[in-house]
Amino acid sequence: MSKSSLKQTLKDLETKKISIRELNQDYLKRIKEKDNLNVFIHFNEDNVLKQIDNLEKDNSVKKLKGIPIAIKDLFCTKSMPTTAASKILENFNPTYESFVTQKLLDEGSIFVGKTNLDEFAMGSATNTSFFGNTINPLSKENEPLAPGGSSGGSAAAVAADLCLGATGTDTGGSIRQPASFCGVVGIKPTYGLCSRWGIAAFASSLDQAGIFSHNVEDASILLQSIAGFDQRDSTSAKVNIPNYFENLDDDLNGKTVGIPKEYSIDGTPMEISQIWEDAIKVLEKKGVKIKNISLPHTKYALPTYYIIAPAEASSNLARYDGVKYGFRSDEIDSLDEMYENTRAQGFGREVKRRILIGTYVLSAGYYDAYYLKAQKVRKLIADDFNKAFKECDFIVTPTAPSAAFPLNEKQNDPIKMYLNDVFTVPASLAGLPGISIPFGKDKNNLPLGIQILGKHFDEQQVFNAAVSLERSYE
Amino acid sequence: MKIDKNTINKIARLSRIKLDDKESEDYIKDLNSILDWVEQLNEVNTENVEPLSNISSSILPKREDVSKDTNSSEEILENAPDKLEGFFAVPKVVE
Repeated sequence: MSKSSLKQTLKDLETKKISIRELNQDYLKRIKEKDNLNVFIHFNEDNVLKQIDNLEKDNSVKKLKGIPIAIKDLFCTKSMPTTAASKILENFNPTYESFVTQKLLDEGSIFVGKTNLDEFAMGSATNTSFFGNTINPLSKENEPLAPGGSSGGSAAAVAADLCLGATGTDTGGSIRQPASFCGVVGIKPTYGLCSRWGIAAFASSLDQAGIFSHNVEDASILLQSIAGFDQRDSTSAKVNIPNYFENLDDDLNGKTVGIPKEYSIDGTPMEISQIWEDAIKVLEKKGVKIKNISLPHTKYALPTYYIIAPAEASSNLARYDGVKYGFRSDEIDSLDEMYENTRAQGFGREVKRRILIGTYVLSAGYYDAYYLKAQKVRKLIADDFNKAFKECDFIVTPTAPSAAFPLNEKQNDPIKMYLNDVFTVPASLAGLPGISIPFGKDKNNLPLGIQILGKHFDEQQVFNAAVSLERSYE
Repeated sequence: MKIDKNTINKIARLSRIKLDDKESEDYIKDLNSILDWVEQLNEVNTENVEPLSNISSSILPKREDVSKDTNSSEEILENAPDKLEGFFAVPKVVE
């Protein structure tokens, strides 16, 4: 595993041990060497060199000056095309910058490229992208593994050390699950902490931006940089953003961790149950009280999610009509033909499947039975967590029910694929912050992840627990 | 079976997505299996439960009611597949 660290690199830049140019040329070299992983949808060396030139002329002090960052290709960027990994946005050049990427630019970071993802973030293996699969950098030769998804390109970019951090988005696990698969740190903050403005929308009541990094300290630095209130996102929260990094405290003595019994699921590999137990033992040694908790509606989270997310997606993706931007079919004898052919040819199979299911559950006569019902169950799931957090400070679970699976594993059964998100979806429905950190390996030496969930806007507690576990594991 | 040929055609039409026969058949199968699977939500008693549509605990902030210049029409049209004299262009709608 790479030993890169943003924190150390910032020191090295400050003490002039390394220059911005040297640093980024090192990364450029590696990006070109690792071209076979198909991590980037958009990579342009000249663009990166131009950013280096501009920063060298800039004398101001900036927090992330010269730091190479990879951007999930769901964030609109002015300097690079934005595709959402879909043919329908193949030639889209945003005329505006997303809130999150603007914050990173303001801090002086360098965008090395736009990373691959599942089309419109719909998937768990980065295998629904119009631009081909991304390969997990931990794969052995001739045995390519999936990097997880949907933010598989960003997770792989960090794992292969092609950047010092990457942005991702998480709707049902799209940061935490690929972080687990690629052996890196991935945090999805509380819903509302980071503005969704300028992120191609998938399911607006769930979508949240977050960070991939080499370690927990780096994640705490980067999350602070992208968080903040934005009046262009009506669900953006007006909360104080603490200095997560300065406040990091690995002393958990006297804290209480919740262990939800519903996360012991039949068929979970032994090794995953084992790392979960190991993590609990480590916490116990650190003076953390172990509290068995119950989240009784856990098993309903996935079916709830697979009503709500497609419903919102079917509405959000109505904008791709071949009129305003992106791809337009050639077969356009009438306006309706233009819409229907553009969307038939522009969207991939999984995206169409979700639009169709979403349209069905929202259609007249079915809305109450499906969408409204799901929203009510969602309330019960959120209430479960609210109750549990009266008895504990944070919750610890596995991140995913498996290690990285083979890239060519046939995933014809959509429900089987959806089960990848079984441990991550409940917290998404409740809008809670969650982090995945590497914690142990399976018999094939592939990384496994532990997930830490916290109360709304208590990212600090999540980071503290994560850094404590991380330091005990190293 | 909840989704049959007629239903899939209706949903496809509402979604403005053209499906060929093979795709229709595949989606009938997929959608039925997904709908059977989500059926388990009916086990949950949701009487008197308020639906949760916005998880954000913060109150929607108000903003000043002032006009702002954001995108220019040129910028807005920049990515259009077809445009004409400052407008988006589409196939003829009126006969």
